[in-house]
Amino acid sequence: MEPALQGVVQTRADRPEPLLRCGNTNCGGCGMSIGLNLLSHAIADRPIQLVIPACCGIVTAGAFPFSAYGAPTVAATFAAAAAFATGLAHAARINGEKTRVICFAGDGGTYDIGMATLSAAAERNEDILYLCYDNEIYGNTGGQRSSATPMGAATSTTPLGKDVAKKDIIAIMAAHRVPYAATVSLAHLDDAMRKLRFALDQKGFRFLHMLSPCPTGWKSEPADGIELLRLAVRSGLYAVYEVFDGYKTVINVEPEMSDAALERYFAEQGRFRKANLDVAKLREAVRRQWVELRSRVTAG
Amino acid sequence: MTMELLSANHASAVAATLAGRANRSARGFGSGVYPITPQTECIELLCNQEFEKGHVVRVESEHSAMAVCMGFALSGARTFTASSSNGLAYMNENVFAAGFYRLPIVMMAVNRALGPPWNIWVDHGDTLSLRDAGWVQLYCETNQEVADTTLAAYRLAEDRRVMLPVMVCQDAFILSHTMMMTDIPEQAAVDAFLPALDLPHRVSNRPRTVGGLDTPHETEAHRRQQEVAMGQVQPVYAEVQAEFLKHFGRKLADPVVSYRADDAEVLLVSMGTIAATVRTVVDEARAKGVRAGALRVRMFRPFPAEVLARAMAGKKRVGIIDRNLCPGLGGILWSEMRALAPAGCLVQDYMAGVGGGDVRPHHLKWILDDLCSRPEAGAPIFLEVG
Repeated sequence: MEPALQGVVQTRADRPEPLLRCGNTNCGGCGMSIGLNLLSHAIADRPIQLVIPACCGIVTAGAFPFSAYGAPTVAATFAAAAAFATGLAHAARINGEKTRVICFAGDGGTYDIGMATLSAAAERNEDILYLCYDNEIYGNTGGQRSSATPMGAATSTTPLGKDVAKKDIIAIMAAHRVPYAATVSLAHLDDAMRKLRFALDQKGFRFLHMLSPCPTGWKSEPADGIELLRLAVRSGLYAVYEVFDGYKTVINVEPEMSDAALERYFAEQGRFRKANLDVAKLREAVRRQWVELRSRVTAG
Repeated sequence: MTMELLSANHASAVAATLAGRANRSARGFGSGVYPITPQTECIELLCNQEFEKGHVVRVESEHSAMAVCMGFALSGARTFTASSSNGLAYMNENVFAAGFYRLPIVMMAVNRALGPPWNIWVDHGDTLSLRDAGWVQLYCETNQEVADTTLAAYRLAEDRRVMLPVMVCQDAFILSHTMMMTDIPEQAAVDAFLPALDLPHRVSNRPRTVGGLDTPHETEAHRRQQEVAMGQVQPVYAEVQAEFLKHFGRKLADPVVSYRADDAEVLLVSMGTIAATVRTVVDEARAKGVRAGALRVRMFRPFPAEVLARAMAGKKRVGIIDRNLCPGLGGILWSEMRALAPAGCLVQDYMAGVGGGDVRPHHLKWILDDLCSRPEAGAPIFLEVG
């Protein structure tokens, strides 16, 4: 029924208007915009409410009284998206409505300021789909480091490159024993659409992580975002996998562990220019990451 | 109606439960709750209630408690939470957000000194620091008043002309943990008193965005709408008083409660429970021939400036009793009231009971003596009573 583009083309069941409409002011090549378009197709005719904390995702939708969002949307305070969504989700439930409440938050609102709220909502197993678009930077404030910024990346607050690694957010969420936690690659549409649709129809707390190219912050070519993701997956840097109920881990895309891809991923982004990254060390770090991940698959 | 022996914490929780159940024919009731001394008994009682259409979420912080209330409220549910002191300080951002979003959330706030160092006793500085948050603020003197004000707060907050959140404030321990016989209405009476909440900007299935970005002229418009709504609070409050009397057979206290003030030359102005002690001191002074009177400021936001200015007209001396300190200024009530005094009237600030010290009759007598004998107003006086 959905050939060629694996569900990214408009279908009869699709929304009459996209989730992210024309008129938004996102940068060219913004991974968050691509993510919203995928989400839009995945949602199709399901009733939803969006909750977006203070981030690019809300301010680029336009100034009052205009909004680029083609769905009911609530702007939450920065740290509180999961708590706003909790209220909306319970209100829908007690009124017998099938509305899916979706948090759409950046890495700052997820890994940093929103972490306590996110953790608490996950612990309560609230009926929320939480989607983190991770551009590894405070993009909206002009590119400062967050705890999702990878080691070596220069930001306006780590001008010589960040000296510590990013958090393992899926491990954190899986440790909450949430029904579903997964990473989503925008370069792997089949897998991405399957996960989005699955997560939309699950009950309880679902967490999706979407590595989201930010040409402005990554100092990369806007047209190369999807290619960068492909490199991140091929090299093993970005593991595409899912965790059910906190323990059952499934790897969805086997990486080639390509050194060429690893080198190109870093070379194509200006943010890593000052870091003098040692590919051999990086390869070792990626290898360890996969040993750990595969041990979780075996354990599950 | 039944008389029950209740603490003010429980009185407010019982009132909120009745109000929450009264919205079962509409979008129901929701609450996000988090404990803090001396408010905890309120949310404990709430967590033990059953709601036909409602849910109480036990969250991880006050910030989230208010956020959960906002989520419920945006979906059209009636909402309640409670906090105090540093909890309110931690909640601060979302207190403002609820004001900006014009959500008729009712919050019971137990007034407690901010810290560290930790102090769990009464001080009005916590809620007064939220005076600019776009909330109606009502300060209570008795447990009955806490129960009545909580119920009335919903009718006021949810009125289409108002659509503002309301904070019901009460003194730590003096009310929160003190049992008093409290008249609690039946559910049917509350159902009749509180119409179903119909939030005009409810988030439903229409593609509308609440929040987002405001340019300066839109912010001006939105702030102005808040101010217009605040301007409606006093006339609507008068209507709520009439309805309250009709449904429950007793009077809901005025925004400014005066005591022997009409013919007084000297006025003592206070908030919360100190007013009860002030009345005994006024009576004793009257017996000695001093024409003393008292005002209790119950509604602090919107500030009932006209009512207070009228009450102060013709007075020679006014003493303001502040159970708070704004460092670098003095008492907050004084700072707002001194501009309302008529020409030639001496207005003196006395900060008493800051940090919860007992303000006893002899302290107030000293204040009255000082007020009557001083040649002119001076800097705010910090009275140590603890």
